[in-house]
Amino acid sequence: MMNLKDKACIVGIGETPYVRKPGSGLTQLGLQLLAARRAVDDAGVSLKDVDGLMPFPNLGNAEEFAANLGIENLRFATTVHTGGAAPVASLRIAAMAVCCGAANAVLIPAGWNGYSGSRARQTVSQDVSSLPGGGIARDYYLPFGLTAPPQWYSLMARRHMHDFGTTAEQLGAIAVAMRKHAQLNPNAVMHGKPMTLDDYMASPMITDPYRLFDCCLETDGAAAVLVTTTERARDLGKKPVSIMGVASGQPYPADEITNRKDIFQTGLTIAAPEAFAAAGVKPKDIDFAEIYDCFTFEVLQQLEETGFCERGGGGAFVEGGRIEIGGELPVNTHGGLLSEAHVLGMNHIVEAVKQLRGEAGDRQVAEAELGVVTGWGDFGDGSLAILRN
Amino acid sequence: MSEYKKPLPELDGLTAEFYGWCKKGELRFQRCLSCNGWRHVPREMCPECASTDWEWQRSSGKGKIFTWTVAERPMHPGFADAAPYAPVVVELEEGVRVLTEMTDCMPSDLVIDMPVEVTFEAVTPEVTLPKFKKS
Ligand SMILES: [Zn+2]
Repeated sequence: MMNLKDKACIVGIGETPYVRKPGSGLTQLGLQLLAARRAVDDAGVSLKDVDGLMPFPNLGNAEEFAANLGIENLRFATTVHTGGAAPVASLRIAAMAVCCGAANAVLIPAGWNGYSGSRARQTVSQDVSSLPGGGIARDYYLPFGLTAPPQWYSLMARRHMHDFGTTAEQLGAIAVAMRKHAQLNPNAVMHGKPMTLDDYMASPMITDPYRLFDCCLETDGAAAVLVTTTERARDLGKKPVSIMGVASGQPYPADEITNRKDIFQTGLTIAAPEAFAAAGVKPKDIDFAEIYDCFTFEVLQQLEETGFCERGGGGAFVEGGRIEIGGELPVNTHGGLLSEAHVLGMNHIVEAVKQLRGEAGDRQVAEAELGVVTGWGDFGDGSLAILRN
Repeated sequence: MSEYKKPLPELDGLTAEFYGWCKKGELRFQRCLSCNGWRHVPREMCPECASTDWEWQRSSGKGKIFTWTVAERPMHPGFADAAPYAPVVVELEEGVRVLTEMTDCMPSDLVIDMPVEVTFEAVTPEVTLPKFKKS
């Protein structure tokens, strides 16, 4: 297999403000266009140099992006249909595309009015047809009240608690760490709103074992990145961030969540070993990790499936400040979906790039050289990238 | 008769057959005639051996609770008045698992591995749902 190690780079990042109040003033497309333009500006290139687009599933199409951005030479356009795993999975496809010459520069936007528009919690529960496995959810889950992502995943969290003794306090340690990091990030929606473990435990139950503070935010905002070859990246202004290894995978079966032989297997179970092998590094070499945190338990589960700790060891791993900045493996240094904003995980890639450029301000991880970013989507699709400066 | 507000399965293809058996008071799953594997949800082909020969075979209807959640805050308008309620995964003796609900216990009574058995609830004239009770 052709190894793409260090052959492609992220050369531009862009973000809008992240807000949780009525009316960002921009449409879903408008938000993403703003982030996209900023990513291209950040790279020091012209929109005319962009010839690849990878929109997020169901949040826009390449044609309208190109028409608005003035991308006249669009020759590579595709979307990876793995929900929140799509941004990182798109890095992989973009790296393949630029390395084989299918495109010179691929723009990957994501964003939505997840607060002021259709609320994130409603999008899937009222229209499952957008999901792979949507027909299964409609016919076999919804009639029994399993209607939304926190409910799907709480089934796994409950079983993990039974099998491994994982506790509410351990899930809380994840929420508290993300919130602590958000205090160091002025663009985080939860900046200025600290939270203790007691606050976490007192938050109302949403779908047992998930409390309110186990659940990600619903916010307005967009982010984007630009990918090109390492060769082209050398001539650009900013310090390129190299894609060392990237992979994606799916649980089995991916379209049905209850009949998996291994209930804790996710797409990452497949993707992580491939990405680490391609990069030629090991989990213990990693300086920080931006883990897709739709809910707290998914962070714990991905830490296990990535190999940062063993299966069942996630609860102990997240305790004692280990995942906080200054700890052994800082996780979600920006605050994550839980405390920065829900930008579909694209904000995780942007944050990893900032860390590796040394642009993370008060939350900078000292001597950050190797970072991991994961994505998680639908019924457990996974993706993982290892980035370096 | 008050209007049933919760979402219903779309009775089409294999799903119509599955719920058709439920309406007759029988819990049946597909069983592969080549490798004898049981499967759920319904599939066109056996994922173990790629055979397309199968039949609906009757389950003992007995199993145990594999996992559950308690929905305290409903996220679908059809369940707005139902909380707290508990979607439950039951693992049947045949090995397949179903997402269902209990009819005779409170969410606080649920325990993993609790023995349960199927019961049927005709929620509309067309649709009967397989639910479970303590065994
Ligand atoms: Zn078979």
